[in-house]
Amino acid sequence: MQIERKKSTVQLGFWTLSWLVTLALATFGPKFIWDDHSIFTILAVVVNLVNGVLMILANRKMFNHYDELERKIHLESMGLTLGLAIIVGLTYSLLDQTNLIQSEAEIGLLVGFIGISYLIALLINRRRYL
Amino acid sequence: MKNKVRELRKMRGLTQEQLAEIIGVSRQTINAIEKEKFDPSLPTAFKMSKLFESPIESFFLFDETYR
Repeated sequence: MQIERKKSTVQLGFWTLSWLVTLALATFGPKFIWDDHSIFTILAVVVNLVNGVLMILANRKMFNHYDELERKIHLESMGLTLGLAIIVGLTYSLLDQTNLIQSEAEIGLLVGFIGISYLIALLINRRRYL
Repeated sequence: MKNKVRELRKMRGLTQEQLAEIIGVSRQTINAIEKEKFDPSLPTAFKMSKLFESPIESFFLFDETYR
């Protein structure tokens, strides 16, 4: 069981890393590598999307190796993060639409917020149960 | 939920690690159950019941005020 778990963690690490690489390629490739050839850009976006799906499947596989308490901790953290992401994301969008903030709303900031929220929720829930 | 898991485990001379291995959960889960911070699933409770040779209700004590 432990070996399977380690294997699924390594697989998730691999797919996460390759997703980041393909995301960087799709983001910077058009400007710095293939000089805005749209066929390469479409290909890079599709590869990144497929890679993302594989990353989600790897995450699911790893999740299935968790025991019941670990699942509870992660599910509660995910629920809290989802709620916060919707509330904060919509508020952030509203601030942009009503011009209460000077800069354009960036999706990257929301993704960063989601990551930090999940990490904090995980730490709090681990402290609660462990 | 109040329980007597620690007591029954010690009576059988098992460590948390060994009980976790037999039941198929992590040591942290056994610790959380013993500290009454976490209530196990029904399959886990049944596995413990089989191992301890006691009915579930004899070591998991249901309180009516439990939320």
